[in-house]
Amino acid sequence: MESPVEIIPHAGGAVGSSWLMIALPLLGAAVLLLGGRRTDRWGHLLGVAMSLGAFAVAVASFVELLGLSPAERRRGIGLFEFIPGMADLGLLIDPLSISFALLITGVGSLIHIYSIGYMSHDHDRRRFFAYLNLFVAAMLLLVLSDNYLGLFIGWEGVGLASYLLIGFWQFKPSAATAAKKAFIVNRVGDFGLLIGIFTIWTTFGSLAFRDLGADVATQASEGTLTAIGLLLLVGACGKSAQLPLQAWLLDAMEGPTPVSALIHAATMVTAGVYLVVRSGAFFEAAPTAQLVVTIVGVATLLAGAIIGCAKDDIKKGLAGSTMSQIGYMMLGAGLGPVGYAFAIGHLITHGFFKANMFLGAGSVMHAMNDEVDMRRYGGLFSVMKITAVTFVIGYLAIIGFPLLSGYYTKEGIIETAMHHNPVLGWLAVLGAGLTGFYMSRMVFMTFFGKKRWADDAHPHESPAVMTWPLIILSIGSIGLGAFLVLGNRFATFLAPAVGAPAELPETHVFGVGPAALATLALVAAGAAFAWMRYGAAEVPAVAPRGSFLTAFARRDLYGDALNESLFMRPGQWLTRLSVFFDNRGIDGLVNGLAAGIGGTSGRLRRVQTGYVRSYALSIFFGAAVVACALLYVGNM
Amino acid sequence: MTTHYLVLSALLFAIGAVGVLLRRNAIVVFMCVELMLNACNLAFVTFARQHGNLDGQLIAFFVMVVAAAEVVIGLAIIVMIFRTRRSASVDDANLLKY
Repeated sequence: MESPVEIIPHAGGAVGSSWLMIALPLLGAAVLLLGGRRTDRWGHLLGVAMSLGAFAVAVASFVELLGLSPAERRRGIGLFEFIPGMADLGLLIDPLSISFALLITGVGSLIHIYSIGYMSHDHDRRRFFAYLNLFVAAMLLLVLSDNYLGLFIGWEGVGLASYLLIGFWQFKPSAATAAKKAFIVNRVGDFGLLIGIFTIWTTFGSLAFRDLGADVATQASEGTLTAIGLLLLVGACGKSAQLPLQAWLLDAMEGPTPVSALIHAATMVTAGVYLVVRSGAFFEAAPTAQLVVTIVGVATLLAGAIIGCAKDDIKKGLAGSTMSQIGYMMLGAGLGPVGYAFAIGHLITHGFFKANMFLGAGSVMHAMNDEVDMRRYGGLFSVMKITAVTFVIGYLAIIGFPLLSGYYTKEGIIETAMHHNPVLGWLAVLGAGLTGFYMSRMVFMTFFGKKRWADDAHPHESPAVMTWPLIILSIGSIGLGAFLVLGNRFATFLAPAVGAPAELPETHVFGVGPAALATLALVAAGAAFAWMRYGAAEVPAVAPRGSFLTAFARRDLYGDALNESLFMRPGQWLTRLSVFFDNRGIDGLVNGLAAGIGGTSGRLRRVQTGYVRSYALSIFFGAAVVACALLYVGNM
Repeated sequence: MTTHYLVLSALLFAIGAVGVLLRRNAIVVFMCVELMLNACNLAFVTFARQHGNLDGQLIAFFVMVVAAAEVVIGLAIIVMIFRTRRSASVDDANLLKY
């Protein structure tokens, strides 16, 4: 067992100026938002330039980091004193954060470029790029910060950007509602994260990762550590759409497709996995919390896959698949150091192939007049070859087709889980089989079979500014997995940041273990079943009613119904009760008092008769009373 | 010896008070107020004599000065009311009420 290495203070060089990664997109967002319509003409170019600039800084920092020996690869960069005595804002450049930074800025830049084409007809394109830049800045702050406070600021920042971008077409009521739903569900998770951070602060007196190393186990009881782990997991569940806070992700597809690709597939929703891995010290010291992480991961990977099987909306299908794949990452992250490398590796390859497929779906929608119903697609392979080929590459990667990206990283997670606990492992294998089914269904319904297009649809290939990002992402979808996993390249690279097990697992170009073969067999069976149902057979243009299982999956496993009956209705009752109490109780008291005073004074004013003699009489009596009182007091 | 003066003073005060409370004519009410003031003056002077100092007499002079000023204002008001309302009854001047 190898612990993370010490964080070394650092100044100068590319790593020393890594704050530029955050500053550049933030500057872009500020210029575009404050500049208003004046920046309309070149706003999107500025957005892309800022994102590319951040990518350049990330690459330079990465190269500089590679030049150091592994034991020196955790560099702390102090920026300024934030809250005196509590937290200084600083950056931590280590293998984990730089991997994220490369993914965020790299895939982010590709999606920025793609958006130039995708949003070209939108008159609010500048605002879109401003929000994208804001998101990139916040996400980088989240992963680069060297303490939980900075992480939390970034965490809220990406939540805000997500809200703004889901509701980007705010004139659509469904988009506005989806944005609010995402924000509110995330608030539940953020609440857990906040309490977790408070607990860390009261227990350890520090929020800096530097002080929260492997020795946390000796400074606090296991109960405290379990509580911290579970609270952080609540935060991770909210951001990463894990059960039971998964409900917002499917609705979040109301946002423009590049947003779904960047925020709700490649980067933001993986922040929960980052949090769990970054807080590894707590989880490793609290086996119960770790077990809960793996259970949440497995439950979500199955739930997401089941939902994905029944969705006819291509983006919602992909969203279910995202949930499912993040479930795999959570499962990996819950398995300790041996799983971290696979979880983060899967996160990175998933970032590529899922962004690839989302952008491909966007390209299809762009061609089909924003139609999202896969039952209105079919036979698109012949008219949009680049989109189709890149999408199919992404598809092969996600189902774990041998030698492609997803094969290595997902297989790694499954093998590790199998080693750890066979039940989890076999459930993960089952999830892989479901993935094979629903992703094949998606590909067959979209690109193959008969044309079921709407009458006014004239699909065409998208412009080069949209296809080039697809091609680059699909190259990543092919080769990245093998590059990262074979020879434990990525695990060795990550080890200084997250620790490593005593011995790294063996890696194979083509695994022949029982789990690997069973996975392949199940995926093949799933794909074959999908071919039977959606490739060879006719796909009805209107969705058939289907069995109760289909209805169950279509309604997102009744997640919304559950939330409504458990939280929304009691909440409504509570508000109604409060309104009743307010109207009858509090208002009654206040109004009654006012009415009482008003009525009394209405009667009392009758005393003012206007007859001067009656006033004289009352003065006389008053004087008499005063005189009597004085005499009485004087005689005492 | 001074008791008689005090009894007289009390009687005069009571007559004045009853007059103020019972009479309607503003002039008579006014005179009754003067009667009460002068009853007080008598009491002051009596006590000054009883105690053998001049404090009470001093106050009596003050009361006279104030009464004189009050007569000027009060009579002017009564004359004005009479001119406008053709009545000197205090019950007729009852507009300032609820």
